[in-house]
Amino acid sequence: MSLPDDYIRYPRRKYGIDNDRYDWSILPRRDPVAWPGGAKIALWVVPVLEYFPLDSPREPFIPPGGMTTPYPDIRAYSLRDYGSRVGAFRVFKALDAQGIKATVAFNARIAQRYPFLMREVTRRGWEVMAHGVDMGKLHHGELEIETERGLVRESVSVLRALSGQDVRGWASPARSESLNTLDLIAAEGIEYVADWVNDDMPYPMKTAAGEIHSMPHTHEISDQHLILHMSHTEKEFTEQVCDQFDTLYREAATQGGRIMTLTIHPWCSGQPHRIKALEAALAHIMGHDGVWSATGAEILDAFRGNADGDRG
Amino acid sequence: MRETGWPTANFSSDGSSEAFDCAIILSQESACSLHGPKLRQEPGQWQEFQSGRPVPAIQTVQINETPLNGYSTMKSDPGLYDYWPYIDRPKLTWPGGKSIAFWVAPNIENYEMQPPPNPHRMPMPRPVPDVIHYSHRDYGNRVGFWRMAEAMDQYGVRGSVSLNVATLDHHPEVIEACKERDWEFFSHGIYNTRYLYGMNEAQERAYIEDVIASIQKHTGQRVAGSLTPALTHTERSIDLLAEYGFRYVCDLFCDNQPIPLTVSQGRMISVPYSVEMNDFTLFNGPRVTPRRFTDLQKAHFDQLLEEGAEQGAVMCIPTHPFLLGRPFRIDAFAEALEYITGHKEVWVTTGREIADHYMAHYYDDAVAAIAAHNAAYPSPLAKEGAR
Repeated sequence: MSLPDDYIRYPRRKYGIDNDRYDWSILPRRDPVAWPGGAKIALWVVPVLEYFPLDSPREPFIPPGGMTTPYPDIRAYSLRDYGSRVGAFRVFKALDAQGIKATVAFNARIAQRYPFLMREVTRRGWEVMAHGVDMGKLHHGELEIETERGLVRESVSVLRALSGQDVRGWASPARSESLNTLDLIAAEGIEYVADWVNDDMPYPMKTAAGEIHSMPHTHEISDQHLILHMSHTEKEFTEQVCDQFDTLYREAATQGGRIMTLTIHPWCSGQPHRIKALEAALAHIMGHDGVWSATGAEILDAFRGNADGDRG
Repeated sequence: MRETGWPTANFSSDGSSEAFDCAIILSQESACSLHGPKLRQEPGQWQEFQSGRPVPAIQTVQINETPLNGYSTMKSDPGLYDYWPYIDRPKLTWPGGKSIAFWVAPNIENYEMQPPPNPHRMPMPRPVPDVIHYSHRDYGNRVGFWRMAEAMDQYGVRGSVSLNVATLDHHPEVIEACKERDWEFFSHGIYNTRYLYGMNEAQERAYIEDVIASIQKHTGQRVAGSLTPALTHTERSIDLLAEYGFRYVCDLFCDNQPIPLTVSQGRMISVPYSVEMNDFTLFNGPRVTPRRFTDLQKAHFDQLLEEGAEQGAVMCIPTHPFLLGRPFRIDAFAEALEYITGHKEVWVTTGREIADHYMAHYYDDAVAAIAAHNAAYPSPLAKEGAR
């Protein structure tokens, strides 16, 4: 099949990014950011609580951790559920031991099915971030906008009601968005999104409902990515988390405050043979001076405070 | 019918496949999300260990709609070079008597958020906008490039930029930073989401003319080298590049030395780039750790060094700033550079300089030696791909 001639025409070939959501910006040329207390690193730990329904659709793609065998994939279902029943409590204990404050990404369905988990998060004063309805309800480019609006509203309203929090952050299930997702979440009062992995720092994004921020929520510094996707050992997981931290810490000395993000899937890190790998990484990070453990909303507020100061 | 017009395709996680440069998975998404929008999950296609680790069971790229990419017949041999064993060749020596020409080729790329469909290859694994795969690559220019350039500066390594030419327009600051460092630019197409598959000759010529004119205009350099965008080719790609005055290509992986290529006019050589030492291949194929990346680079170098008394060679580290420029990987890259550049047998150079030196000093000898080999060991097979 030959190509139409417009295949070699490039309507968006001009200065800047090829989309209208955010501006082109070079990290090392931005103004340095200062964190509270003169911290070098804002530590953002994000445990993810996901519900994978047995009847999840397999189109347009299967999310990481989703059902893969012919129905019923009870193996995958129950292994993911391990995270909510068992793994989460090992992870929470490891965070408590280091005095770390987390932002927990909740599928709304988790909060509805397992109210005890929500209580365990809110009683610690941790932040609840909206993570869609469940892992069978993906946001993607082929979703009708009204259907998607319904998913966003359901997720945000359920989580606000059950957490008693404002719920200011959003992470799409499987980090998948449609072209409308940013507009829809902003319309529901979401202030930051954690799907985009193109930066080490927050940056503003444009939506039909005003500005929101992208928070740096790397997919790579995650137990699921390093241990399961990359098939690295637990020791190698710890090494890479520590390497990430060490580079950011070194750069913070000359370039201003940085953010160390660590994404944790309790069904992965919460396994008995893995929890010590997480504990070792957390101990390395918390063993440094100038580490500020904070929630996404707190980091965003501090970041915005810097920008306001610059403008003033 | 989907509006995208994308084909049904199975994408592989095997870094050695031809899809290695763009469309394979490289995020926390499990191998399952390799599947494109129109793919139906095949039962049993993916196995899962008790740990929950999904294991890819397919290792090849299959384009169901038209494996011929528009051709009516296929050749069995690309017809670009003759067999020439890696023993008893004229000894290759680099300037200053060095045995290893070492070069680093950062792929400075641009991926479109909403690329046009190509009937032969899907640009991204998920429906537009594939936020994770798009933003993962966008990291390279915003963040990763700058960290990588700093590491290269530290060890005196000039880059030979494998350039998606649209970057000249989108991110001139990146281009300026390369120019300030006296780096070379070679062609890597316009965008890494625009493939040569399916182009007719007029379209391919227009694309090459665009590349030459754009690089000349923005950098002052007359482009000499090419790596096709996302390693997509037509049968005519390398002939056309030779006709337009390109002197080297990075698309062939059959040797540790430059080799003369058979083209319809002019002189063209292959300069060893690498899919083996490429960060993209290593992190997305065998999915190595940063430490293993360094170990492999050192092992590759050590072997060439050991052979250096007998025969000169080329070593290339092809990089992607969105991969090696990440905080948890940058030191692995720096360590490899420190090790390799710390040896006196190494000529730290660029693709163009390698090509120029080879053309001036070895090309004729190589052509003669290959002819002598062919005469001494004639193949009983009619060479289907030969011209």
